[in-house]
Amino acid sequence: MTKARLVIVGNGMAPGRMLEHLFDLVGDAFDVTIFNAEPRVNYDRIMLSPVLSGEKSYEDIIIHGDGWYEEYGITLHRGQKVVSIDREAQTVTSEGGITAAYDKLVIATGSNPFIIPVPGHQLDGVLAYRDLDDVDGMLKAVEKGGRAVVIGGGLLGLEAAAGLKMRGMDVTVLHLMPTLMERQLDPAAGYLLQKELESRGIEIKCGANTKAIHGDGKVEQVELEDGTLIDASLVVMAVGIRPNTQLAKDAGLEVGRGIVTDAFMRTSDENIFSVGECTEVGGRVYGLVAPLYQMAKVAAHHLCGLPDVHFTHAETPTKLKVTGVNLYSVGEFGDGPGVEDVVMRDATRGTYRRVILKDNKVIGAVLYGDVADGGWYNEMLKSGQDVSEIRETLIFGQAHQGGGAVDPLAAVANLSDDAEICGCNGICKGQIVKAINEKGLTSLAEVRAHTKASASCGTCTGLVESVMAITLGDGYAKKAEGMCGCTDMGHGEVRRLIKAKELKTIPAVLQELEWKTSGGCAKCRPALNYYLLADWPGEYKDDYQSRFINERVHANIQKDGTYSVVPRMWGGMTTSSELRAIADVVDKFNIPDVKVTGGQRIDLLGVKKEDLPAVWSDLNDAGLISGHAYAKGLRTVKTCVGSTWCRFGTQDSTGLGIKLEKFMWGSWTPAKVKLAVTGCPRNCAEATCKDIGVICVDSGYEIVYGGAAGLHIQGTTKLGTVKTEEEVMEIAGAMTQMYREQGFYLERIYKWADRVGYDTVKAVIFDDLESRRAYYERFVYSQKFSQTDPWSERVSGVDKHEFNPMAVFNAPATVSEPAE
Amino acid sequence: MNAPVNENQLDWRLIGTIDDVPVQGSRCVKNGDTTIAIFRTVDDRIFALEDKCPHKNGPLSQGIVHDGCVTCPLHNWVISLETGMAQGADSGQTAAYPVRIEGRDVYLKLSPKV
Repeated sequence: MTKARLVIVGNGMAPGRMLEHLFDLVGDAFDVTIFNAEPRVNYDRIMLSPVLSGEKSYEDIIIHGDGWYEEYGITLHRGQKVVSIDREAQTVTSEGGITAAYDKLVIATGSNPFIIPVPGHQLDGVLAYRDLDDVDGMLKAVEKGGRAVVIGGGLLGLEAAAGLKMRGMDVTVLHLMPTLMERQLDPAAGYLLQKELESRGIEIKCGANTKAIHGDGKVEQVELEDGTLIDASLVVMAVGIRPNTQLAKDAGLEVGRGIVTDAFMRTSDENIFSVGECTEVGGRVYGLVAPLYQMAKVAAHHLCGLPDVHFTHAETPTKLKVTGVNLYSVGEFGDGPGVEDVVMRDATRGTYRRVILKDNKVIGAVLYGDVADGGWYNEMLKSGQDVSEIRETLIFGQAHQGGGAVDPLAAVANLSDDAEICGCNGICKGQIVKAINEKGLTSLAEVRAHTKASASCGTCTGLVESVMAITLGDGYAKKAEGMCGCTDMGHGEVRRLIKAKELKTIPAVLQELEWKTSGGCAKCRPALNYYLLADWPGEYKDDYQSRFINERVHANIQKDGTYSVVPRMWGGMTTSSELRAIADVVDKFNIPDVKVTGGQRIDLLGVKKEDLPAVWSDLNDAGLISGHAYAKGLRTVKTCVGSTWCRFGTQDSTGLGIKLEKFMWGSWTPAKVKLAVTGCPRNCAEATCKDIGVICVDSGYEIVYGGAAGLHIQGTTKLGTVKTEEEVMEIAGAMTQMYREQGFYLERIYKWADRVGYDTVKAVIFDDLESRRAYYERFVYSQKFSQTDPWSERVSGVDKHEFNPMAVFNAPATVSEPAE
Repeated sequence: MNAPVNENQLDWRLIGTIDDVPVQGSRCVKNGDTTIAIFRTVDDRIFALEDKCPHKNGPLSQGIVHDGCVTCPLHNWVISLETGMAQGADSGQTAAYPVRIEGRDVYLKLSPKV
C-alpha cells in the first residue's frame, strides 16, 4: 500500500509543530512534501528579537535543521512559493513550476506585515519586522548608524526598538494610540513601560500619526501629521499583520478575515486543512504562538483520523521579550458593568499589579516589574474559580496565601497539575512531572527535549527548573552551564554580547552582563581579558592582573616558585653568537638547568624571579626575544631542514617556518598555537599533530590543521593544497584569526574546529577567497598592536614592581617580650 | 627622647602606600627568610599573607586576586586573604598578618595573626 501524500504550503512554526505531533502519532505513515517561500529551514520566529539585539544567533533559533527533514524523509522545496491549488486534480503548483499531488493538503501561509500606504513607504530603508530577511536588513542599517524610526508601539515594534537601541542606533518609536501596547496593557502599565524604555534612551512619541516618509531613493526623514520632521536612516513598520489568504481565496475556499476552518482545522474542502496565522477559527484569527501550536496539535490528530481533539479559544498571556523589562498581561482589563479592580503599586520600585474581577472570578491580570505570579492568576482565570475567600490577599500573589513565607519552590509546589508552566507550548505542570518520572529526566535540556517546556521563548525557564527541583528533590542539582560561578552565560554568549553591546573593559562586561561577583574570578577574568584583547585590537588595554602569572612575567613558573626562560629561535634555527649569549647568561645568573625543548629551542630552568629583568636584558642584547613558551598565543613553528640540506626536501621548509613565525609571533589566541612546516611527506617536523601544519610537496604546500598531541591525541585534518608561500601565510593568518574571533578561552584549535565544523572552517578559510582575505586583514591589523617584545618592555621598566620587593626588614618573626 | 616604647608598636612597620600595590595585584615584603605577600583588592582593601600556599608552598603573591581570595599559581587552590584558610574542598591555612591603613600609608605587623 502506498503512503498517503501530505502536502504542506508554508514552513513556519505551526506546520513544523504539526508534523512533530503527526510523527509522534503515526510515525512515517505520510509521504510529506513542504513548500517554503523562504529559502530556509524552520526557525523560531518568536526569537527574532534576541537575534536583532545580538543576544542570540540564527543558528540558536533553528527548530528543525536539515537533518530533521532528512530523518523523516520530508521533501522540502525551499524558496518555492505555491501559486495555485487545483482542488479537482488535488495538486499544488509553485512559482518555479513544481507540481505536487496530495491526498491531504495543509495551508499554513501565515501572515503578511501590514505596511501603511503613506507616501514614501516604498523607499529603500523601509522595512517590516517579520522574518530573518527583515532582521538582516535592519542589521545592515545598524552598520551605517543614524536614527531608526519604528512605527508601532506594540509588542513587535517595541522589541525592534529595544534591539536596534542595543545595537547602538538612535531610536524613535511612533505610536498612534495614547499609550504603548494598549491592546495588552492598561494605561498605568503602559506608562511604566514607556518610562523604562525612555530611560534606556529610546524616544517615544504616542499619539503620533505618520503622514509621509521623505527621501531621495532612500529614507531620510519621517513627517508626522502635525508637521514634525524626524531624521531617519531606517523606518521599521510594525503596525500589525494580515492573514495571508490569497492562495486559499483563489482556490475558492471560504475566507473571512482568515481561511475559515471548523474546530478540527478543516477548511470548506474536507481534504484541505489550515493552521497558523492565516487561519480563522471560531471567528478569530491568532498571532501568538500558543493558540497556533494548539491548531497544530488539532490538525495532526485529524489528519490521523483521531477526532477526539478540537480547538478551543483560551486567553493567551503576553510577555515582552526585552531584556530587563518584565511585564505580563492576560485576559480583559477594560472597564464595564460589574468589573472590579484590585491594584497594587510601588512607584519607587516601578512595579504595578492589577487583577480584574467580575462576579468574584479573575477575568484579567496586568503585571509590571514583578511578574512571577502571572501564571497563578492565569490559572485562576482559566479555571474560573471563585476567589471571594482569598480576595483580601489575592493581590500579594500566591506566596502570601495562607500566610506562609515567600518561597518560590513552595509556590510552584502548590500549583495544580493543570497549571500552565510554558505558555508558548501549552505545557502544564503535570506533563512535566510525568515526563521527568517516566523518562528519568535530570537536566533542563532533557526536559526541553521531551516536553518542549521552556523551549520556545524561554521566559518560563525558572519555573521549569522549580518543577524539576520539586519532582527530583535532592536528585536535582542545577547544572551551571556558565563559564564560571560568576555567570550563567556560556563563553559563546559572552563573546557575542561583548561585540553586540560593544563592551570594551572588564568592569563594563561584569556590569552589563550582570556578573554575580564584584570582580570576577580566576577563571573568567583571564578569559574576558583575552576576548576583549581579541575583539578590540588597539583599543583595549591589557589587564595584567587578569592574566596568569606566566603571562604577566613572561616566563614559566616552576614548582619551587622559580621561573624558566625560553628565548625565541626562529624556526628552530640559531647561531653561535646566540648560543654564546645563552651560555653567558647561564653562568652569570647560576641557572641550574639548560634543556632542549620539544619545540626546537632552549629552556633555561630555575631562574629567580628578581633576576628575570637582568636575564632578559642580556638575552635582548644578543638579539633574542621572548619565545612566549608560556602564552595562550603562538608558541613555536617547528621545521625540518628542507630543500636547503635534505636530499628529500621539496621546498624551503625552514625558510617558510621562519617567515610564519616572524609573521605570527606575539598574537594572543584562546589557547596555545603550535605550527610546523615539514619539507616532505616523511614529516620529520611532525606537522600532522600540530594546530596548523604545512607539508611541502613537489607541487606546493599541503595545509593541515586541528592536530593535538597532549592529553588528547588527534591527527590533523586536511584543509587543502596551495601553490605559493604567500597563500600559506594568508591561510595561516586567516585561520588563526577566525579561531581568535570564535574560540572559547582554553579551547584548542581542534576543539574549536570540532565545534564549528571542519567543513565550515574549510568553506570560510579555503574555498571563499573573499572571506579568507577579510580574516587575514583583520589578523594583520591586530598584529600591529601585539608584536612588542615583552622582555624589552620589562627591561625598560614596565611593571618594575613585579620584580622588586616593596620593603625589606630583618626583624625576628615574632616579638613577644617588651623591649628593655 | 625617651618616651616609653609601646610594645604593640614594636613589630609594626610602614611598608609603603596603597598605591605601591597594583589593584587586584600583589607585592612582596621580605623579613629575613620570610616573604610576606601584600594584596590589594578591587575595592582597595589591603591584606597580608605569608607567600606560601598551604598545599605545596606555591608563591601566593603570583596568583590572581579575586573576591577577597587569591588563587595559587601552581595548582589553583583558592586562599582567603583575610584568614589564610583554603577555600572549598581543600583544607589548610597560611599565616595571615595584620595590616593597618593610615591615610594611604600601609603598616604591616611582622608577627602573624593568632
